Amino acid sequence: MEQKILTSKELLNDLVDKHYEGALRAKAEGKPVVWATSICPQELLETMDLVTVYPENHAAAIGAKKEALKFIEHAEGMGYSSDICSYARVNMGYVDLKHSDELNIPMPDLIFCCSNICNTVIKWYENLAKELNIPLIMFDMPFNHTYEVPEHSVKYMRGQIEYAIEQLEIFTNKKFDYDKFGEVMERSNRTCEWWKKATDWAKVIPSPLNGFDMFNYMAMIVCMRGNADGERLFKLWHDELEQKAKLGKGPWNSADEEYRVMWDGIACWPHLSTTFKTLKKYGINMVTSTYPESWNVRYEKNDLDGMARAYASNYANRNLDYDTENVVKLIQDFKLDGIVYHSNRSCKLMDFRQYEVQRRVTEITSCPSVVFDGDQTDPRSFSAAQYETRIQALLEMMEKNKEAKRRG
Amino acid sequence: MYLGIDIGSSSSKAVILNEDNEIVGISVKNLGTGTKAYKEVITDVMQQANIEDKDIKYTVVTGYGRITFEDADKQITEITCHATGVGYYLDDVRTIVDIGGQDSKVIKLNEKGQVENFVMNEKCAAGTGRFLEVMARVLGCGLDELSNLATKATKQVAISSVCTVFAESEVISRLSAGESIENVARGSHIAIAKRIMGMCNRVGYTPKVVMTGGVALNADMVQVLSTELGCEIEVLPNCQAIGALGAAILARRTYNKLEA
Repeated sequence: MEQKILTSKELLNDLVDKHYEGALRAKAEGKPVVWATSICPQELLETMDLVTVYPENHAAAIGAKKEALKFIEHAEGMGYSSDICSYARVNMGYVDLKHSDELNIPMPDLIFCCSNICNTVIKWYENLAKELNIPLIMFDMPFNHTYEVPEHSVKYMRGQIEYAIEQLEIFTNKKFDYDKFGEVMERSNRTCEWWKKATDWAKVIPSPLNGFDMFNYMAMIVCMRGNADGERLFKLWHDELEQKAKLGKGPWNSADEEYRVMWDGIACWPHLSTTFKTLKKYGINMVTSTYPESWNVRYEKNDLDGMARAYASNYANRNLDYDTENVVKLIQDFKLDGIVYHSNRSCKLMDFRQYEVQRRVTEITSCPSVVFDGDQTDPRSFSAAQYETRIQALLEMMEKNKEAKRRG
Repeated sequence: MYLGIDIGSSSSKAVILNEDNEIVGISVKNLGTGTKAYKEVITDVMQQANIEDKDIKYTVVTGYGRITFEDADKQITEITCHATGVGYYLDDVRTIVDIGGQDSKVIKLNEKGQVENFVMNEKCAAGTGRFLEVMARVLGCGLDELSNLATKATKQVAISSVCTVFAESEVISRLSAGESIENVARGSHIAIAKRIMGMCNRVGYTPKVVMTGGVALNADMVQVLSTELGCEIEVLPNCQAIGALGAAILARRTYNKLEA
């Protein structure tokens, strides 16, 4: 029988369905389910064949499907403050309501949390473990205040990985298979490499990649880094982008890429379409963000120190000098005309440094930028008219720069 | 002739410039987007300039209502329009503080008078004209009386809430505790000034600072903000219509393909 050749988008949709359906089925069959944070050492879970779902992914999907407010309001009704991260509020609301009209996930038997992405997850996941009375494996990753990640942080992380392996052995009642671990490490690195290489195609002018597609593919780099499906998906996506780039094709069929910007921060999931269309209307393509690097978790096979360093070095956990340098490099590598900073009410970690990074980056590069108010999943914190004014103002600044360049 | 229209959240403004870049019509009505006030100001400036529709070569619209206004040749944001409008009067301005009905912004200009950076208020009414409208209502006075009342203040009353809704109840409790209307009026100006000060710091303000927008008509507010910033703030003539003036200038430039 001839097999239909899937596009990466079709494969992505199939894999998303497979991921959630598989998790629900596993739970129904009595298998344990893990809830984990988005950039955790998933290699351990994959090695142990543990079915894992990611509440951040789930909350983002619920947000994009416009169902978040129901869970947010429910969580606030339970007493969770509206100042808490909206992913956490959606998740806490879901834990209590246990049903979504759009997308369901099985309840967890184990909580697996790594604080290299933010410190809210510590209390959020501790709370889950306590409320549901289930075990918690916590990777405590203090913020790196120095430019380089200090060796003691790497050692601390390595110690925690080793301890987590012991805890997982107790939880699963089976021995940790180090040979398989090596294979998973190898594959995870290959998948991350394809992810990075795919998103790097956006360096070409015009970019074959529309950055909002990257937001969609991101769901799978979170949950499929360590398995064969993930590797297949990102290789396929990469090949498609390569082909488009070689044919000189831009991000959209219906319009040309006039300006190239970076998006700083998480997407505004409930207003994804508005935020995308407003940019596209003015020919602005979001070509990159800090995300391609976030899941570029790379190290050598069987190098536990390297793995510890990779997780300790996540972008969200680095100091202002590192952040500034990172954005300056993106401006150069991706030939950016501007930056859109999403001041995301949920994410204090990203917001607190945003103004200072913006100030420093402007000083170094003179690259125009705007900040707009929004939220990753709480639809109430965004105003379409305010967003449009800021984007249009950015456009006017970018136009002026382009005009000046034309005139020499 | 070139027409600039600024449809704000709480007022509508229009300006007409002639071929010699002179203002030949200027009009402000205190009703904003969603009303018919923009039609009135357009009719008004046409009468002042003694011209008809066909005499207008190019129209630029700005302000919150710009997206839904269909009769303009081009729409440009308030940020660029204010920067351009200010340049009509002064060429050494480096910081613009514009406090309108629902939007407040601080714009930093480079030595050429071009926008270098800007910040706008968050999605709330703190630090905008709306805050003063609420205060005036609680104090039982007109918006235009706030300034006179505040200059008679005998002491500083701190209004600590940044949120307009919370500030309203804070003011009510101050009044019931026997605080004078004059002192509370000044307190509300200080509250806005502190909020604007935060935005000025964020953008990195340098003199010369000018203030535009309806709130610039409130002399006490300007004084309080000057003190807070530690530098004199100039208020331009026609401060409410600077955005519309900028729009008219940009209409003339665009039509004649003049360099900014």
